[in-house]
Amino acid sequence: MNKHRHSIAFWAGVAIFLVAVLSMTQIVRNEYPFFAGYVILQFIALAVAWSILGGYAGYVNFGTNAFFGVGVYTAVGLFKATGAPLVVQIAAAAVIGMLLGFAVGLLTLRMRGIFFSIATIALAIIIETFVMNWRFVGGAAGIQLQRPPVMAPFDSYVKMLFFVQALLAVTAVAIARYIQNSRIGRGLQALRDDELAAECTGVPTLKLKLVACMISGALISAAGAPAAMYLQYADPSSAFNLSYSVSALAMALIGGTAHWIGPVLGAILLGSTQQLLAVTISSEVNVLVLGIMLVLFVVGAPKGIIGLLRPRYRLRAGGKP
Amino acid sequence: MTVTAAPDAPLLQVGTLTKTFGGFTALDNISVDIRKGERFGLIGPNGSGKTTLINCISGALRPQVGSVVFCGEDITQLPPHLRARRGIARSFQIPRPFKSMTVLENLMVGLDFAAVGSSLPEEDVAMSILTRMGLASKAGASTDTLSQVELRKMELARALAVRPKLLISDEAMAGLSSSEVDEVLDLLISLGEEDITIIMIEHIMQAVMRFSERVMCLDAGRIIAIGAPAEVMANKRVQEAYLGT
Amino acid sequence: MFSMDLLLGAVVLGVLLGCFYAAVSVGLSVSFGLLDVPHVAHPAFLVLASYGVYQLNESYDIDPLLAGLAITPLFFLFGLLAYRVYYETFERRGSDAGVRGIAFFFGIAFIIEVLIILQFGVDQRSVSATYIGKSWRFGEFRIPIRQLVAFAVALALTVLLAVYLSKTFMGRAIRAVAQDEEALRLMGANPVRIKQFAFGIATAVLGIAGALLIIVAPVEPTLDRAYIGRTFCVVVMAGLGSISGTLIAAIILGVAESIVLTMFGASWAPAISFAMLLGVLAVRPQGLLGR
Repeated sequence: MNKHRHSIAFWAGVAIFLVAVLSMTQIVRNEYPFFAGYVILQFIALAVAWSILGGYAGYVNFGTNAFFGVGVYTAVGLFKATGAPLVVQIAAAAVIGMLLGFAVGLLTLRMRGIFFSIATIALAIIIETFVMNWRFVGGAAGIQLQRPPVMAPFDSYVKMLFFVQALLAVTAVAIARYIQNSRIGRGLQALRDDELAAECTGVPTLKLKLVACMISGALISAAGAPAAMYLQYADPSSAFNLSYSVSALAMALIGGTAHWIGPVLGAILLGSTQQLLAVTISSEVNVLVLGIMLVLFVVGAPKGIIGLLRPRYRLRAGGKP
Repeated sequence: MTVTAAPDAPLLQVGTLTKTFGGFTALDNISVDIRKGERFGLIGPNGSGKTTLINCISGALRPQVGSVVFCGEDITQLPPHLRARRGIARSFQIPRPFKSMTVLENLMVGLDFAAVGSSLPEEDVAMSILTRMGLASKAGASTDTLSQVELRKMELARALAVRPKLLISDEAMAGLSSSEVDEVLDLLISLGEEDITIIMIEHIMQAVMRFSERVMCLDAGRIIAIGAPAEVMANKRVQEAYLGT
Repeated sequence: MFSMDLLLGAVVLGVLLGCFYAAVSVGLSVSFGLLDVPHVAHPAFLVLASYGVYQLNESYDIDPLLAGLAITPLFFLFGLLAYRVYYETFERRGSDAGVRGIAFFFGIAFIIEVLIILQFGVDQRSVSATYIGKSWRFGEFRIPIRQLVAFAVALALTVLLAVYLSKTFMGRAIRAVAQDEEALRLMGANPVRIKQFAFGIATAVLGIAGALLIIVAPVEPTLDRAYIGRTFCVVVMAGLGSISGTLIAAIILGVAESIVLTMFGASWAPAISFAMLLGVLAVRPQGLLGR
C-alpha cells in the first residue's frame, strides 16, 4: 500500500513548512507579513477544526465564535490572574474548549440539522453575555494587555505568535488527517449520511460525535488563545464575533470537506483575498466576498474546490447521475 | 460479559414487550422465542407493529415494558451499535445506504466497527461478501447509481458485514419484480443454511411461505397467530386481518 | 429595586413586546415550521425590510406602516425567488442538502447584512411618524404609543395569517403540504408550487413586520443576529408551524425579556431568548405547546 509513503510525504511536508516558517521569522525584518500571515494561519486552524465536526460529521456548527471567544478569554483570564506564559494559556484554552465541546456534543443527543446549528449560536450568545458581565476581564468595555518580553530565538512578539499559530495550524491539520484516515473518519462519514443506519451497523455514534466535538472545540479554542496577545487587547464583541463562524464555515465548505486539504485551500485562498481586500478596499467588502463565494459554492460546487479538482469527489456530489 | 446460555436455549427471547407512542399502543405484550438457525417469517397488515417490533429488537426503539434477551444476555437497554456488535444486523424497509460512500465502503463501516477479530484484510472480506451477493462489479460504484434490487442486496451485504448471528430483513423484496424476489429469496435461504438466524418481514406471501420455518402474524400490536406457515395462513383471524378490510 | 408596580409594568410591556415578537416570527413559523426550510436568513430579511421602510420614510415621508405595506409585494416576489433557488439546488437534489442548505441561508444572511452596511452604514436608523416619540401615562408608568401601535398591528397581522391558513383554500393547502405532500400530489396539486407560494407569503409578511421593527426601536445592520434567537425561540417553543402557539410563545418570551430587563438590566437581555431556545431544544424539542 502507498499509505505509508503518503505519511512520509506528509510529515516531510510538515517539517519543511515549519522550518520555512521558523527561518522566515529569523530572516524577514518587516513585521507586516507576520501580522497578515498570522491571520491566514489562524483561519487554516479554524477551518480545519470546523470541518472535523461540520464536514466529517455533518453537524453545522455556527458557534465557532463561542469556542474562539472562550479561547481568547481563557488566555486573558489566566494571564491577568497568574501571568501564565503563552504555552500555558493555549493549553488551558484547549482544555476549556474541549469541555465546551463535550457540552456541545451532548446537544447532538437531542438535536441535529438546523436545530443543532441554532443551538450553537445560542450557546455563543449566552457565553458572550456572561463575559460581558464579567468585570475581572473588563466586561463589555474590553481589556488592554501588556505583552511580556519575547522569548529567544524570536526578536519580536508578533513573529513568535506567527510561529506558534503555524504550530497550531499544523496540529489541526495533522489531527484532521489522522481522523480522516482512521476508522473514526469512516464512522463520522457514516453517521453524517444516516445516523440510524450507522448505529445499526455498529458505529457508536454518540461517542464519535462527542470525540469530534471535543477535538474540534479544543482546536478552535487553542487557535483563539493567542489572539489576545496578538491584538494586545480583548473585548467580548470582537472575541465572540460571528464573523469567525462564517469564515470557518465558508472556508471549509468552499475548499471542500471530503479531505483535510479542502479547508486548508479554502483558508489560504479566502484568507489571503480577505487580507488583500481589507487593505485595498474595506473590511465590509471582504465579508461580502466571503458570503457570495459561500453561496455560489454551496449552490454550484457542492464538493468545493477539491471537488472541482478531483473527479473522485465530484462523482460523489450526489443528485446528478 | 459472560455468555452462559445452554446450547439449546433460544437465540432471541422477546418477553412481554409493550411499546406505546403517546396514547397509541404499537406493541401489546409480545412474547416470542426464536431458535438458533431458525428462518422466521413476520407478517401482518400495515401498521400492525412489525417494524416497531424489529426496532425494539435492533435497538432503534426502547420498549416501555418487557425485555429482549439475546444469547442469554439482556440487551433491552443497549444502544443499537452494541447490539450490532453482539451480532444483530438489519436491513431497512426503505433502503438507507451511506450515500457519500461507494458500495464497498458501505460494507467497510460494518467491518470496521462491528465485526471485530477478523484475520483477513477487511477489503477482501468485503469483496467476498459482495461477490456472494452478486454485487462485485458494483464495489466501486456510488450508491445512487444502484438499481432498486441492487440497493436491497447492498443493504443485506452491509448487514452481513456486521457478521450477524441474527439478520433482520425488513421487506427486502418490496417493489421488486418476481424474478428479483426469487433472487433475493435464494440469497436469504442460502444465508440461513450457514447458521445465520433470519427474521424476515414480508408482504409477498409466496416468499414468506417458501422461506419460513415458522411464521408469526401481528395485528394491532398483538400476536394473532404463530406456527407453521400453512397453519398460520389457514388461521381465520389471519385471513380476516389481511382480507377482511 | 423590586416593587409590585414595577413588575406589573414589566408584564404589561412584555405582553406588548410579545405580540410584536409574534409578528416578526410568524413568517418563520410558516417557512421553517411548516415548510421545513432551514431559514436562518429570516431575521436578515426582516432587517432588510426595515431598511426598505426607512428609505421610503426618509425619501418620501411615507408613514412607516404604509411603507411596510408598499414593500410587501416586493418581498412576496423575493420569497418566491428565494424558495425557487433553494428548491432547485437543495430539496430536489436531496443528497447532503442539510449542511449546504443551512450554509446557503447563513451566507445569504451575511450578504444582506453587508449590503445594508455598504448602503446605509453601521449607524442606527429610525423612522418618523406622528405616533413615535409620544407616550401615554398611567399613573406611575408610561407606555410609548409606538409600542401600542406595534402591538395592535402585530396582533392583527398574526391573527390574519392564522385565519388565512385555517380558513382559505390556499391556506389549507399550505397546511396540507406540510403534513402529507404525497396525498396532495395525488389530488393533482403541485406541492412545490404551493410551498413556493407559502414561502412567498411568509416573506411578504416581513414587509409589515419590518415596519414594526423600526417603529419599535431604531435598527442597525447586525440587528438580525439578536432576532435569530428571538424568532427561532418563538417558533420552536410554539411547536413547529402552530400560529396560535406562536402568539402564546412570543408573549412568554416578551414577558420574560421585559422582566429580566427590569430586574437585572439591559446587559443580560440578549441572552434571554437564546437561553430559552436552548432550554426548549434540550428539554422539549417538540415545543411547549406542540404536538
